[in-house]
Amino acid sequence: MSRNGPLALIFHTVFVIIMVAPILVVCLVAFTPEGFLSLPTNGFSLRWFRTIANYPEFVHAFWVSLGLGALSSLVALVFAVPAALAIARYRFRGRDALAALFLSPLMIPHVVLGIAFLRFFTSAGLGGSFAALIIAHVIIVFPFALRLTLAAATGMDRTVEMAAVSLGAGGWTLFRRVTLPLILPGVISGWALAFIQSFDDLTMTVFLAAPGTETLPVRMFLYIQDNIDPLVTSVSACVIAITMTALILLDRFYGLDRVLAGKGDTGR
Amino acid sequence: MSMAAEERSLRAPWALTAPALMLFVGVLLIPLAMTVMLSFHDWGQYKGIEAVFILKNWHEIATDPYFAEMFWRTFRIAILTTLLTALLGAPEAYILNRMSGRWKSFFLLVILGPLLISVVARTLGWALLFGGNNGLVNKLLMSLGVMRSPIPFMFTETGMIIALAHVMMPFMVLSVWAALQRLDPQIENAAMSLGAGPATIIRRIIMPQIIPGVLSGAIIVFSLSASAFATPAIIGGRRLKVAATLAYDEFLNTLNWPLGAAVATLLLVALVLIVIGSNALIERRYAEVFR
Repeated sequence: MSRNGPLALIFHTVFVIIMVAPILVVCLVAFTPEGFLSLPTNGFSLRWFRTIANYPEFVHAFWVSLGLGALSSLVALVFAVPAALAIARYRFRGRDALAALFLSPLMIPHVVLGIAFLRFFTSAGLGGSFAALIIAHVIIVFPFALRLTLAAATGMDRTVEMAAVSLGAGGWTLFRRVTLPLILPGVISGWALAFIQSFDDLTMTVFLAAPGTETLPVRMFLYIQDNIDPLVTSVSACVIAITMTALILLDRFYGLDRVLAGKGDTGR
Repeated sequence: MSMAAEERSLRAPWALTAPALMLFVGVLLIPLAMTVMLSFHDWGQYKGIEAVFILKNWHEIATDPYFAEMFWRTFRIAILTTLLTALLGAPEAYILNRMSGRWKSFFLLVILGPLLISVVARTLGWALLFGGNNGLVNKLLMSLGVMRSPIPFMFTETGMIIALAHVMMPFMVLSVWAALQRLDPQIENAAMSLGAGPATIIRRIIMPQIIPGVLSGAIIVFSLSASAFATPAIIGGRRLKVAATLAYDEFLNTLNWPLGAAVATLLLVALVLIVIGSNALIERRYAEVFR
């Protein structure tokens, strides 16, 4: 394979710098020792990270986001795993339509989903509740949970299952002892990707969150709307650190290109 | 297969998908239908939402030039963002694909990773870089001699497009990257051995094969940019409205839910038509590539 020429490498370098710059600048400003927005030219300081503790609404929002992400991804899997097994194994009428329906939250703009859920949950008397947030997040993370489980279920070797059946295993035992362990890497990666999606969602959640149930992105967004100061950069730096950790774990256990390759296919 | 087993294999897929299907009908399709219905309801400052069937909101959107201007701005930003990602993302994917194993996976992680980092954090980064007239971007451009006086990025469409292109770039790189994976590197070598220069190879061999990838990436980037909320809201501020931020305002500030629902419905319908239409076009034009 031919190598890249000098021009290509210059383009590549500039491209990577532009891609990284906004993220890097947020992380750098977070360490400023000054009381205003500035790059930490006079040494690094953790003062703005310590300041987060004085803003209980950020800390509370963080726990809301964490609980919401963990729980909604788990609930999504409870619905997605059986659906993925059915779609992977059976050819039945309506199969394609069902798959399209289950992946449709990827195609519907989140602002539309936010409005639809706001209207729906307000009429149902659940407006602004944590339960409403969970249900809404289950819907938006469902395609990610489904897709990775589906990939695992499609690539699975069925002979092990058949052996188990011939030895008398059936139903729940078969699923718990044979099928689930075999598709577990896909299920766990599906959970992780679903978690990240839930943890990062702003557009839909901003419609549903009430003062007690604000998630971290919503809290950050509302804060930025009023003013931008080093505090919000230190909160952002924490969020970036958390996502990076999840990202590296996901890459180690599953391969980031495999996780994301599914994501880029939304148009098809 | 015995009769009982056969019957079970007919029923099994439905039993397995039933919970998810009920969930989707109950809390996705019904809320969406309610939103469409809401767009036909009446609203008044003092009476609130009135459950009647009128075309008032749709009439307002169709006749008030404010909405035409806002939708035009939304789609203009989405189109320019798509062009920018295609122009920069496609060559980058190509360069990335020619790197050796270790560098390739490292830079793939660096470029695709931001996809999973909070959009709020990424847009905040651009807000910091843009700053006011003496933001970092302006300082850099002026010291490089690209321009003499600072240009405003915050609260402008230019700034919105740059930040949006950054947010959407991974989708484009990913899509072109996927198309490049299907490409046989030997064809390039064959063309070279037959005497084709680099320009000819790119124009005659590479371009035709990655165009479908660019186009499917463009569909994703366009539909996500047209409905983007966080970036236009933070960079555009309160004045420069796009469809998503306008709907947000109607719902949470003005409280005119029926009008907001009409804006959202129109955005959804327009996007679905554009996406399905261009998908069909691409698949017909490049049927052989998708086979």
